[in-house]
Amino acid sequence: MIINHPILGPRDAQEFVYLGDASLIHRPDGLTASIEAFHDYTYLRANPAGLHRELWYHEQGDRSWLVVTRNTVTHEITSVELARDVARSEGRSK
Amino acid sequence: MRYSGFRILKEALTGHKGWTPQWRDPEPQSSYDYIIVGGGGHGLATAYYLAKEFNQARIAVLEKGYLGGGNVGRNTTIIRSNYLLDGNQPFYEFSLKLWEGLEQDFNYNAMVSQRGIINLIHTDAARDAATRRGNAMIMNGADAELLNRDQVKAMYPFLNFDNARFPIKGALMQRRGGTVRHDAVAWGYARGADSRGVDLIQNCEVTGMRIENGKILGVETSKGFIGAKKVGVAVAGSSSKVMAHAGMRLPIESHVLQAFVSEGLKPVIDGVMTFGAGHFYVSQSDKGGLVFGGDIDGYNSYAQRGNLPVIEDVIEGGMALMPMIGRARLLRAWGGIMDMSMDGSPIIDKTHIDGLYFNGGWCYGGFKATPASGWCFAHLLAKDEPHATATAYRFDRFLKGLMIDEKGQGAQPNLH
Repeated sequence: MIINHPILGPRDAQEFVYLGDASLIHRPDGLTASIEAFHDYTYLRANPAGLHRELWYHEQGDRSWLVVTRNTVTHEITSVELARDVARSEGRSK
Repeated sequence: MRYSGFRILKEALTGHKGWTPQWRDPEPQSSYDYIIVGGGGHGLATAYYLAKEFNQARIAVLEKGYLGGGNVGRNTTIIRSNYLLDGNQPFYEFSLKLWEGLEQDFNYNAMVSQRGIINLIHTDAARDAATRRGNAMIMNGADAELLNRDQVKAMYPFLNFDNARFPIKGALMQRRGGTVRHDAVAWGYARGADSRGVDLIQNCEVTGMRIENGKILGVETSKGFIGAKKVGVAVAGSSSKVMAHAGMRLPIESHVLQAFVSEGLKPVIDGVMTFGAGHFYVSQSDKGGLVFGGDIDGYNSYAQRGNLPVIEDVIEGGMALMPMIGRARLLRAWGGIMDMSMDGSPIIDKTHIDGLYFNGGWCYGGFKATPASGWCFAHLLAKDEPHATATAYRFDRFLKGLMIDEKGQGAQPNLH
């Protein structure tokens, strides 16, 4: 698989480490969230067959985190964004 | 029809005209007491033991494709019970004991071959870990032996014992481990279940679940609605898709695991060998092909095919272990979809919906578990309480901090 890095261009997926569902960006607040909320965040996944937004880390590149939109049935990648931009647009890390 | 040597002789003398189909091909009834979703190894075993051991009736197995067309037809056929943790080892030992009596039990030649499995050791620390694991196995009634370098060399003289990175210092061996003819397992369970009145319904995909007031009433399928008092889902690989019909999110990601077979070679590997440090394991089929595999690809996938980097990684492992295979040609490569759970261990449990039960999360170790998985799931369905060897496989273990994490990787499914 080739991941079209927003800054570096097309890079082999072998340069990346895979973390999982991009919803992991939304970690609950450690001071206020319930145990159940943390359980759901840590352990439960939608795991769709089809389009999946997921976190990849460019470990052997620029060390950036990316949000890759990929079809889990065909492995086709349709969009690649910097996770930083996604997180900020979704209200994280202000 | 009961199979026997006498029967083969009789059919040979009468032109093989007496053989009958191994199971019926029924249309679904309007309702059942039990519906098992998934006509693979685990689903068929569940139906078989429900009928045979727990004396239940009015059972149907719904399969979206053909019987045994999923992971029971795509694995590398290894059986073993060499686990470490208390939540796992008694279950897998129960499974291995069922394998040992399986062919007599369901009157079918599944070619159960206890040819022995070894896990290679390369360092003092790995030997300590193997010793601990072997002791855990023995304490749970399984067999385990620690082999030194010379003993391994006597078995497999062609291995690369002096590899600079991973010199072979010994191995942990389980002689009762081995291989089984995987398709015959599905067929044997299917025939045994069918002969006890279980309806095996193929080309019947579950497209929805009818749930009212927290209780399941039946399933919507491509052949219409089928009512049921209890529904058991055993569709590992597709668990998240099916359980989404009940509005559930699971502690599971689906990943692709690749496997490979070489062209047929003369007998060279008479047992099963794992080279964990090199992400490679191998056995030789009765037809002569080397059957081998390695790690999962590592990203969510439902594609039933992997990518080239993992193929390269697996072959490199094979070359490092036994350089002689460099001259052999690869015959086939394929992929199967694994339910990778959050702690690397399976789930056999009730759900919060009355009458809906779940069996899944087998990671890449579901085949060896087939008999015990079926037995324990049937026990849960029939008696509403877990079998003694499967009490730890609960949904709520993640909430309660009771994970069964053999590799200690935490909630990162692609690392288990």
